[in-house]
Amino acid sequence: MKKNETIVDNSNLVPIQGLGVAIEVKNLYKNYYPIKSGEFAGLGRPAIGDKSNPVPLQGLGVSFEVNRGEIFGIIGPDGAGKTTLFRILTTLILANSGTASVDGFDVVNDYKEIRKRVGYMPGKFSLYQDLTVEENLNFFATVFNTTIEENYELIKDIYQQIEPFKKRRAGKLSGGMKQKLALSCALIHKPSVLFLDEPTTGVDPVSRKEFWGMLKSLREQGITILVSTPYMDEASLCDRIALIQNGQFLKIETPENIVAQYENKLWAVESDNMHKLLIDLRNNEMTKNCFAFGDKHHVSISNEQMTIENLKEYLMKENHTNIQILEIEPTVEDCFMQLSQK
Amino acid sequence: MNNTIQHNPNKVIIAENLTKRFGRFTAVDNISFEVEKGEIFGFLGANGAGKTTAMRMLCGLSIPTGGKGLVAGYDIGSQTELVKKSIGYMSQKFSLYDDLKVWENIELFGGIYGLKDKEIKTKTDDLMKVLNFEEERDKLVGSLPLGFKQKLAFSVSIFHNPKLVFLDEPTGGVDPITRRQFWELIYDATSRGITVFVTTHYMDEAEYCNRVSIMVDGKIEALDSPKNLKSQFNAKSMDEVFQQLARKSTRKAD
Amino acid sequence: MKQLLSFIRKEFYHILRDRTTMMILLLMPIIQIILFGFALSTEVKDTQVAVLAPANDDASQRIIDKINASEYFNVVAKIHKTDEIRTIFRDAKAKLVIVFEDNFAEKLRHNGKAHILLIADATDPNAATSFTFYASNIIASYQQELMGENKNPYQITPEVKMLYNPQMLSAFSFVPGVLGMIMILICAMMTSIAIVREKEMGTMEILLVSPMKPIYTILSKITPYFVLSCVNFATIMLLSVFVLKVPIAGSFLSLVVVSLLYIFVSLALGLLVSTLTDSQQAAMLISGMGLMIPVMLLSGMIFPTENMPVALQYLSNIIPAKWYISAVRAIMIKGLGITSVLKEVGVLSFMGLVLVTISLKKFKVRLE
Repeated sequence: MKKNETIVDNSNLVPIQGLGVAIEVKNLYKNYYPIKSGEFAGLGRPAIGDKSNPVPLQGLGVSFEVNRGEIFGIIGPDGAGKTTLFRILTTLILANSGTASVDGFDVVNDYKEIRKRVGYMPGKFSLYQDLTVEENLNFFATVFNTTIEENYELIKDIYQQIEPFKKRRAGKLSGGMKQKLALSCALIHKPSVLFLDEPTTGVDPVSRKEFWGMLKSLREQGITILVSTPYMDEASLCDRIALIQNGQFLKIETPENIVAQYENKLWAVESDNMHKLLIDLRNNEMTKNCFAFGDKHHVSISNEQMTIENLKEYLMKENHTNIQILEIEPTVEDCFMQLSQK
Repeated sequence: MNNTIQHNPNKVIIAENLTKRFGRFTAVDNISFEVEKGEIFGFLGANGAGKTTAMRMLCGLSIPTGGKGLVAGYDIGSQTELVKKSIGYMSQKFSLYDDLKVWENIELFGGIYGLKDKEIKTKTDDLMKVLNFEEERDKLVGSLPLGFKQKLAFSVSIFHNPKLVFLDEPTGGVDPITRRQFWELIYDATSRGITVFVTTHYMDEAEYCNRVSIMVDGKIEALDSPKNLKSQFNAKSMDEVFQQLARKSTRKAD
Repeated sequence: MKQLLSFIRKEFYHILRDRTTMMILLLMPIIQIILFGFALSTEVKDTQVAVLAPANDDASQRIIDKINASEYFNVVAKIHKTDEIRTIFRDAKAKLVIVFEDNFAEKLRHNGKAHILLIADATDPNAATSFTFYASNIIASYQQELMGENKNPYQITPEVKMLYNPQMLSAFSFVPGVLGMIMILICAMMTSIAIVREKEMGTMEILLVSPMKPIYTILSKITPYFVLSCVNFATIMLLSVFVLKVPIAGSFLSLVVVSLLYIFVSLALGLLVSTLTDSQQAAMLISGMGLMIPVMLLSGMIFPTENMPVALQYLSNIIPAKWYISAVRAIMIKGLGITSVLKEVGVLSFMGLVLVTISLKKFKVRLE
């Protein structure tokens, strides 16, 4: 063993912030970095430069706080920097600049403390496929110096659903089951903060709903949850969300406030020829932008004077039939698209 | 043979009692459906419902245990090579080679489908223009954002003008704007007569399909246009339809 | 401690459940030993024998008849002068020449003691060992018969002389060579792959984000392959002693000590490879190309290092297998004690310490 690895007594360390904050991130910046098994997006405004020509990093990074007992969602597409952020906070990689603390402990200096008290579920299914459900859970329990029995209460609701299959190898479980097992493993040591990196990606809508139900009941037990997802419809299930794209936060707010801050009128439009409707709506000069949204098109209107009747007239001139236009409340997805186009 | 299916040029896929068993486990249980030429056919189902297995059979990658299937007029059990020639395939997991440049990927797949060099060249130029990709032509595919990659992969999968293209969760993880641009590419393809067979976990995308089938425990539980499905299940959205059906599942793990 | 034990148990699950790989690992030494030991040697049946029996008496004739009668030998020529022996071998007329001393029967009867010389063509050393062994046995059985008849202690001493390859180098040397290679393979390659697999699977991420000490990860990865190496060591020893009849001339304990030292060096090498790579493929290539091939070519396992160009001789010094093979040869074949391989032991210990220090230093507590 390394000689210089002295054991630091962290029990007298005072958390950096008051009791209310579970995660604190200040100006965190990470350059786009390639690791051999795949490349990951950077975090913070993409800086152009390399080793020989470094750019000043101040002010480029991201900052946010997550309150204790909160479900905080990082919402954005693949390659936005979600995984990079999670890896910095779980002490797996080091940022180029900025500071971050989890549960009051610095991610660089007190990484051992953080590793004892957080639960982490990486984006890729990361359990041992050749071990059974029970063996996986047992293994991770001992890794965290605990036993299944000790914290069974916490995982009971989740684990009971897969317990009938406890002798089955993890690799042979279905997607939803794997996800439940992974969550059980991440929870087995009763972490104070839970990091879930895209737990619902590739999972069907029914299992996704179940999963979010589980997160709600975990929050009730006082666990802070940082969760990332590319599915915009999951945003409304978080207490607060950060919309992220290209390594930058577009907005940090409650889902309700994000929706309330949508800047334009938003109409849902349908007619018999949806494909032509999309083209015609985009050609209208009052239209700020228009996107297909399920069985309707969402049109954001830049001109405040424009009325539903005006638009209907225009569409009738374009030979549309069965036109229906409704003023609607935007979804988080509408907001994301508007913010990302700025 | 008395159970030969009559080929019908207006039906790109005809599946009759298609079944696939693995040991005692029936992954796909006696499914029958037809896909019309030029249609966007949504193939939905929960994880483990048997979608992937069914799709593999239709692509000629897996021989059915029972039943019959015609894809583009060819038998999926006995004419797999001809089936493969008339279809395109794109999945979220594998689509293009990350360590090849954009044009090299196109050249490669064009070559695989037996296109002539000259044809490949002119079609590549056209494609780069349509996708607004001219600057990315010499970049490695691995360095492109996911949305770019998926749009390119789709274009490559229909590069040889197949009768039918299979898209397996093509938009997973793609940002909302690019996701919609992707669907516009799908509409373009159908306007050129290409039939699209697509799986997705985004329920709003199910609404873009002409018809949608929902698989539960290896069987097709519902098949109709999104509009009819919604009224049939008295639901406001396809998500509700899906939730109602998929919750019936008794297949817990597989 | 419980952490470590449960981690080690988990590693055993991985190995035991991957049946194919485990079978390969367990069968490989057996197959290699059999390949080197038998496939390389020619069939010893019907070996052509020439006989030089100056006296041409009844005792020598009976031995010749017994030899000719056995399935292993065909007496094809009788020669009369020692000069002819070389010609017989050069023209490949016989693989074995049996030389009876003058007045063989008389000496046997009067002195109770006579000599036979077995001269073998040892260009194929394995075959030569086998058939001289058979011939000696036949002679010994004749001796038994004589004792039964007369109750007098007669003693025929067969003397064996190997031509062309008097030290029988490769016959005995492939056992140390195979040992040297198998250990590198199991310890270095499999250990590095096992660690890198966790990185590839993403499970390393979870292990890193846990209170698990890195040293535990390392120890638990090493233990199963250490056990596997010991099993393989035992297999090779048993095969070589009981099947190939290559005896352990020196102390078995010294052999075990040197082998443990070598296993330690190999494990440290594997650890180092794992810190350098992120994919199983790369780990496999580095271990395969970077360790196996040098072991085969430069360790003296197949080609004697003494005959190599000076540059390669220097290069061969950094290959642990060279030192191990040389030590095993000294102990196992030549029967020397641990004191005569102190140089090898010293070099291996030094290599082990350096490698362990570097790889522990390089073992990352983060992903980058």
